[in-house]
Amino acid sequence: MSGSSLKFFIPIAAFVGLVGIFYIGLYKDPTLVPSPFIGKPAPEFDLPSLQAPDQRVSKADMQDQVFLVNVWASWCPSCVQEHELLMKIASNGTVPIIGLNWKDERSAGLKWLQRLGNPYTAIAYDYDNVVGIDWGVYGAPETFLIDADGIIVHKLVGQLTPEIWQEEFLPLIQEAKSRAPAEEGAG
Amino acid sequence: MRTVLPCFMLALLMPFCAWAIDPSDKLADPELQAMYLSITQEVRCLVCQNQPISDSTAPLAADLRREIKRMILEGQTEGEIKEFLVERYGDFILYKPRFASWNLLLWLAPGMLLLIGFVALLRIVSRRAQLPIDEDAP
Repeated sequence: MSGSSLKFFIPIAAFVGLVGIFYIGLYKDPTLVPSPFIGKPAPEFDLPSLQAPDQRVSKADMQDQVFLVNVWASWCPSCVQEHELLMKIASNGTVPIIGLNWKDERSAGLKWLQRLGNPYTAIAYDYDNVVGIDWGVYGAPETFLIDADGIIVHKLVGQLTPEIWQEEFLPLIQEAKSRAPAEEGAG
Repeated sequence: MRTVLPCFMLALLMPFCAWAIDPSDKLADPELQAMYLSITQEVRCLVCQNQPISDSTAPLAADLRREIKRMILEGQTEGEIKEFLVERYGDFILYKPRFASWNLLLWLAPGMLLLIGFVALLRIVSRRAQLPIDEDAP
């Protein structure tokens, strides 16, 4: 290639490259903030229970178990939409789900559960968003998958759908369970 | 009348100046208050992106301001507080991204482009200098 045709080619190639990058950028969702948490230990929490204010719900309760932490609030419409799926997961017994009732009124949260059912093994009540900030929560719903070593394996921001559950969560849950320390009596 | 009307109009403007996001309980130490302002102006509100938490009325922004205030009062440094936020929300929460391996290109690209442009300019100028001077050129 001669020098002068290269001179024409370089700006055009650079332009096409930039357009390509911008085009991809158009279809990315800017509200999805990558979590720095994946592969890191889940932060500790110790909060009063939503249903029984004098009881505590903490990470220690779930030691050596694969479980979900689902952030929800009664004011959150997407939480209603994913609720049916959470109920199904709970009744199948796939994994226990810990609820984090986030920036919500206690009475409103309880009423919501009465109306829609309660898929949660336990619900921590975080009115002041103290644990929420510690977990990097910036909206509801959010769903974390935590393995038996207390490591965050996956995090979903937004509504959990059957497709996302099938494609993203179930394989990771199976893998986490196969890595899990054997049930008591084995070691 | 000539002075009353302008004064009245000025008075109308006054309440708007008082509409600060959190005018209550400023930090007593002016230095800490300055640090608080500088951090909150640099932290992105993740609910209403493109707004720093210092300007945002979103509840999450208010919670983050409260946590930042608490950490300042505990005596943490600006670096420690930003580290706390980045650990939880990722680098995206800072308006000014930190220098790291994954964003090297972002930081170095302007310098590199400037250098490329400068080299190109030098080459063009030196080639032009070698051309015979055209007396008839306009």
